[in-house]
Amino acid sequence: MTPARLTERREEGGTVLSLGGRLDAYSIAAVWAEARQALVRNATQPITVDAGEVDYCDGAGVALLLDLLRQPRPAGAAVSVRNLAEPYRHLLEPFDPAAFAASARQEAARPSTVERVGRMAADLGRDLWEQVAFVGEGAAAIGAALRHPRRVRWKDALAVAQEAGANALPIVALIAFLMGVILAFQSAVAMRQFGAEIFVANLVGLSLLRELGPLMTAILLAGRSAAAFAAEIGTMKVNEEIDALVTMGLDPVRFLVVTRVLAGLVVAPLLTVFANVIGLVGGGLVMRSFDIPWVTYYRQLTTAADWEDLTGGLIKACVFGVLVAGIGCLRGLQTRTGAAAVGVSTTRAVVSAIVLIVITDGVFAVMFYYLDF
Amino acid sequence: MDPQGDAIIRVEGLSAGFDDGLLLQDVSFQVRRGEVFVILGGSGCGKSTLLKHLIGLYPPAAGTILIDGEDIVTAQGVQRLALLRKFGVMYQSGALFGSMTLLENVTLPLESYTDLPPEARELVARTKLALVGLEGFGRHMPAELSGGMQKRAAIARAMVLDPAILFLDEPSAGLDPITSAELDQLILSLARNLGITFVVVTHELPSIYAIADRVIMLDKTARGIIAEGRPEMLRDHSDNPWVRRFFNREAVSS
Ligand SMILES: Nc1ncnc2c1ncn2[C@@H]1O[C@H](COP(=O)(O)OP(=O)(O)OP(=O)(O)O)[C@@H](O)[C@H]1O
Ligand SMILES: [Mg+2]
Repeated sequence: MTPARLTERREEGGTVLSLGGRLDAYSIAAVWAEARQALVRNATQPITVDAGEVDYCDGAGVALLLDLLRQPRPAGAAVSVRNLAEPYRHLLEPFDPAAFAASARQEAARPSTVERVGRMAADLGRDLWEQVAFVGEGAAAIGAALRHPRRVRWKDALAVAQEAGANALPIVALIAFLMGVILAFQSAVAMRQFGAEIFVANLVGLSLLRELGPLMTAILLAGRSAAAFAAEIGTMKVNEEIDALVTMGLDPVRFLVVTRVLAGLVVAPLLTVFANVIGLVGGGLVMRSFDIPWVTYYRQLTTAADWEDLTGGLIKACVFGVLVAGIGCLRGLQTRTGAAAVGVSTTRAVVSAIVLIVITDGVFAVMFYYLDF
Repeated sequence: MDPQGDAIIRVEGLSAGFDDGLLLQDVSFQVRRGEVFVILGGSGCGKSTLLKHLIGLYPPAAGTILIDGEDIVTAQGVQRLALLRKFGVMYQSGALFGSMTLLENVTLPLESYTDLPPEARELVARTKLALVGLEGFGRHMPAELSGGMQKRAAIARAMVLDPAILFLDEPSAGLDPITSAELDQLILSLARNLGITFVVVTHELPSIYAIADRVIMLDKTARGIIAEGRPEMLRDHSDNPWVRRFFNREAVSS
């Protein structure tokens, strides 16, 4: 078949644009621009579009004719179409060119700056309010769960704990080991100049038990599990599964959040203990290469750090676990509609979790300082 | 014209299924150019699965599928792209892109495959949306529409390039009778005026009588086609009582 073509000629009644060939979406682009230009050139004359030589005209061809017909023209310079073959006329008929008047672009005007600032402030306020409400709801639900432990869906909680905890062991081990090795090595290099390598054990022990162990575990938990919670609950929200829970009389917070928060509460300290041990072993390995035997390292560790350091870190880990699980669930429940919204929720879950971890860690540091812990 | 010679889709000896067994075994049929071909069958008998095989999404366990003379199963690269452009698909769940407005959804194929200027693309898309009764909803996100509206928008997207074949998976499920009848009119108009071939999965009896040139009926236990022909023929003359019941809308127990 021949590609689309356009010729322009004069007749006594005005200008005639002859369209021919195959008018489909692939071949029509060039003709389209030409035809529009011809309309502009002959702005004051009547124009007849002769479609007699058109071999094929699908939706794109119809749109071209419609485009020519819809252009605003002065009186006495109208555009008309003639000789369009029967089947294609049926395709053009349903459309009223006036309804497609070129002013399509005015839909949805851009909001002004003031309006956008206002909206953002309102969003922020709503988010804060939702967080407060969620904390309240969650606390109430957990309180209820502790009073009636038989109503908790322990099987779900266990499955979540396995996914968030047991399956996270390899990555936690990897990062903890790396952390222990780096800490020990970097400080040992510096301390050796004073012949004080043995105090590396103090540094590694205290910083791992008190700060880095819980912090690192919590951040890994945020990346792995807060994201997973947000994505799963968000997808449930998008699929109206949350609505289904509500109409069945099951409270989504009780059903979904409590299990995850409880799992987070248990898993975070366990992972932290594991991270601490691996980190200390990593530090010990480095010490060995500086000719300090395991026993000496261990002795030094036990004099430097005591049970209080460990429990302080574990208390922090518990709080982190609850926060990370909770914020993951909250972001999931806040998901709007559509696949893109799930991505947004997941991102927000990880970012909010990490921000919360940092803030809480600061609060703990101040608290421990004043409590002389 | 020899009807066998003008088959646009030719399925020979197709076996299809998932890990847990075959759903269809040794199925052969042809779809002629310009006809409205309807696939019927009980829920879960493999209609959507057959459709996904026809469009090359799933590789068949055995058999060949020729679209316009070319094998969709083995087509690769440029050849496959050219083949894909011959048809449009509307999925059972709509499958509109949730992060784009309706207009962006519908213009996406135009944007990627044609060099039309933006204004022209938009006009083409708007005419398609108007055809399915969605003029004025171009700036809406899919999530802001009802289920039936999403379906119609998906149909508009499937036909925006006016492909030679349109595959529609349950286009009128969830639509009110009037909209559904308008959709039937649209399908007939496109088939008659542009010669577009339609392969439609539907359960709506009125719609089947209105549009179908030919139907095939799949069955789960037979793992294949148990009836083929014009719907009126099958209703009145099929020797399979189940098929007659289907077309007469009778319960099996009666
Ligand atoms: N991705 C998949 N993996 C495994 N099995 C599947 C998959 N998709 C569908 N099935 C199975 O194949 C069978 C047929 O599914 P299909 O979606 O083709 O049914 P259908 O005929 O379109 O039904 P409906 O009318 O309800 O849409 C079902 O039993 C289903 O369980
Ligand atoms: Mg289906």
